[in-house]
Amino acid sequence: MSLWLTIIVALVACLAGGWVMRFAGQKATNNAPAFRDMPLGVAFGWVLGVTLLIWVVYTYYLARTLPQPDANKYFFFRTAIEWFIIFAVAAWIFRVFGRLVGTAGSRKLFRQMPLTASFGLLVILSYALVAIFAGILAPYGQEQVLEGVAANIPPGGDPAMGGNPEYPLGTDQIGRDILSRLIYGAQNTVGIAFATTCLAFFLGGSLGLLAAVLGGWLDQVLSRAVDVLMAIPSLIFALLLMTIASAWAGSERWLLTIYMVIIIAVIDSTRVFRLARAVGLNIVVMDYIEAAKLRGEGLSYLIFKEILPNATAPLLAEFGLRFCFVFLTIASLSFLGVGIQPPLADWGTMVRDLAQFINFAAFAPQVAAAPLLAAGAIALLTVGVNFVVDWMLKRSSGLKE
Amino acid sequence: MTDLVVMRDIEIEGRSDEVWMPIIKGIDLTLKKGEVLGLIGESGAGKSTLGLAAMGFARDGVRISGGSVEFDGIDLLAASADVKRGLLGKRIAYVAQSAAASFNPAHKLIDQHTEGPTQHGVMSKSESEMDGIELYRKLRLPNPDEIGFRYPHQVSGGQLQRAMTAMAMSCRPDLIIFDEPTTALDVTTQIEVLASIRDIVEEYDTAAIYITHDLAVVAQMADRIKVLLKGDEVEENETREMLSHPKEDYTKSLWAVREFKRPQKPAVHTDATPVVSVQHVTAAYGKVPVLHDISFDIHAGRTVAVVGESGSGKSTAARCITGLLPPSEGVIEFDGEALPGNYRQRNKMQLRQAQMIYQMADTALNPRKTIGEIIGRPVQFYMGLTGREKRKRVEELLEQIELPGSQYIDRLPSELSGGQKQRIGIARALAAEPKFIICDEVTSALDQLVAEGILRLLAQLQDELGLSYMFITHDLATVRSIADEVVVMKDGQVVEQGPKDEMFTPPHHPYTDLLLSSVPEMDPDWLTNLLAERGVDNIGDAAVGKMD
Repeated sequence: MSLWLTIIVALVACLAGGWVMRFAGQKATNNAPAFRDMPLGVAFGWVLGVTLLIWVVYTYYLARTLPQPDANKYFFFRTAIEWFIIFAVAAWIFRVFGRLVGTAGSRKLFRQMPLTASFGLLVILSYALVAIFAGILAPYGQEQVLEGVAANIPPGGDPAMGGNPEYPLGTDQIGRDILSRLIYGAQNTVGIAFATTCLAFFLGGSLGLLAAVLGGWLDQVLSRAVDVLMAIPSLIFALLLMTIASAWAGSERWLLTIYMVIIIAVIDSTRVFRLARAVGLNIVVMDYIEAAKLRGEGLSYLIFKEILPNATAPLLAEFGLRFCFVFLTIASLSFLGVGIQPPLADWGTMVRDLAQFINFAAFAPQVAAAPLLAAGAIALLTVGVNFVVDWMLKRSSGLKE
Repeated sequence: MTDLVVMRDIEIEGRSDEVWMPIIKGIDLTLKKGEVLGLIGESGAGKSTLGLAAMGFARDGVRISGGSVEFDGIDLLAASADVKRGLLGKRIAYVAQSAAASFNPAHKLIDQHTEGPTQHGVMSKSESEMDGIELYRKLRLPNPDEIGFRYPHQVSGGQLQRAMTAMAMSCRPDLIIFDEPTTALDVTTQIEVLASIRDIVEEYDTAAIYITHDLAVVAQMADRIKVLLKGDEVEENETREMLSHPKEDYTKSLWAVREFKRPQKPAVHTDATPVVSVQHVTAAYGKVPVLHDISFDIHAGRTVAVVGESGSGKSTAARCITGLLPPSEGVIEFDGEALPGNYRQRNKMQLRQAQMIYQMADTALNPRKTIGEIIGRPVQFYMGLTGREKRKRVEELLEQIELPGSQYIDRLPSELSGGQKQRIGIARALAAEPKFIICDEVTSALDQLVAEGILRLLAQLQDELGLSYMFITHDLATVRSIADEVVVMKDGQVVEQGPKDEMFTPPHHPYTDLLLSSVPEMDPDWLTNLLAERGVDNIGDAAVGKMD
């Protein structure tokens, strides 16, 4: 209760502080427009922001200076702040690099890019590189159980905390190197998600544009079918179909992965269908489509040469977003045990296998960090893709800052 | 008289591609109390931007970078947000071009009308409602007691525009800025709006800035006219003086636009086969009938103008000819041969012979294709030319539309001006080497000078290639300059048709007469005389008639 009281008092203090700041600003700058027309809400926001910033810096200072084990309380906070700064700096350097190197077009692109987008681009690029060169980068095999090495070494590589510098991210419950498995996970999880999204777009995109151009009964049949599929909660539907698929696959475990790709692609293609149809309908009413129809052009010319070039921006943005959802669905299915099958390394499975360590968070945060590594890898990519998609959407809609 | 608005050396900049570009380059403007100033110029001249700056306001991405704006002694650029809030809506009001887009569709007209006065504490809500009804009456809206209690979609465009003027008047402002208030309206509706705006501005002695690109309109409304060109002032003078003795060349060229006129061609032999013959065509959208038994012929090398208000069925007639809307009765004949009703059943040859040019070049050209691809496609599709031959043909076509080839061939439509885009639309139609072209309002989205250039080009192409045009338009000035024959349509029927000179000389069908007399003329007394001739009450009655 006293926590809530503190927060309320702090907020009221910020409000008062905001009023005082605005008043002082008006006096000091002799009624400059910036202070004169400032609403109280904005002044409050400024003071609140500055207060929070001071609190964050102070807490970080505490985390650095307090002796163990008190500092352990702030372990996650400290890690988050440090990584936030590292990512921001990396994104900034990446953007500066992009502004200096490359063609005139790419340099211009980087000049207009916000920091968030360059961060997202950096993340996507690094993931792609890691996935492609996983075999070279990973110190051990993804299925290799290390002989003579203890299982469950916590990450951090600090012997005082029970770590081992040879395995900087520790080992899992049967003694496999987590770093290697994370790297191979990029290949498996991201690769499969990418293939699934492509399939979903091929299906949903072509059918959606077809429905938009032809209309009539075809549009009705396709749209109602999509409505039916969309009415069923997608994760539960996927689980149900995966259960059936695992009966079909029998002992051929690799078949299950193929089935999963198809099932998720079909379920997600319904969303793509909706978007492609809506975008297509807006383009179909344009006069240039009418001109092409009156010229006597065929259906494939209309769809691929006239409509598709105008639909790429929204479809590409949706591709990024859809990729995140597919990726999360695969991770969820793997977490539930019906997705990518062991011994293949997969981030969803890794989170599930190490999940019980989360209980150690209160007194041994390094141990609890083990399952969070894979979860963090998932979150980082999702956030990165979203940043890039936001930026692309903003560019294609022509909004200005 | 004292000065109400004094703008000194106004400079305005707009942001494009991270750079601030000048929009207005140092213009002075003074407006006395009760005076109406007309601002005219082409699109992009900065008329609207200057009008908004008179309110001390700049749109997003635009800033007033220099000069001063004084309204009744108050410096608007330095004034605080509170002071401006007290002025805008109360002493300064704004009437936008599209009333339909400016009213909130979810609220009744009167509720939006009373918002200003109650917010500013001028009147109570019930007083303001009474006052609103009074204003509706003065603006000659039909059923003034009830019309305010409708939603915006329940009244016509012209009525909405007057309701918006009433709303601007609600606090009896000292200054109203009218931004092209009649541009989107038909000529017959435009008169009603012009007359009511002029009367109410006079009655309350309100000063106004009237922004338009139509000279004839501004001649009726303004005491003084200021001509703008690309952010600079060309000249300013009293209306009568300006109309009779324009000083600058640019102004003279604006005045001269309406002088382009083709001579009447001799009558066609009665036994000649028309290129296109529309015979007793009736058509409907679903169950809604649009065309009732229309017939007209278009002969080789002739231009037939189809005129009428919006909703008269002129564009639908074009859709029937192209086969987009198969007629339910009647036939379309091409060179004496009946065409299938649906374009899907027509062969490539039949499709090639009839081409179309659209009103909005923006939506008629695929924004993701280069000019070369847009014009090249019909060349390849119909003529089977590829590679170098195709490019050569495209360059020839660009030459014909007076856009020298190599410079434009790789550009995208967005890199061209409105007039240039329209020329590309013409080139695309020409690429099919047709006999007959439908021009659907091709000049109505363009500035007068540019529109005249397009008309001259079309006339020249007709002489060279012997094309036939069906020219759909609501602008009678265009008809006068280019048509050989005229078809007047109303409510899906042909009211009257015949050679142009016959149509423009009395006696007319009453509807043709209404259309003809509604076209604004450059004479500043035209509106006054016309209203006197028709009798003011007639207009109100006509409006009531339309409501039912």
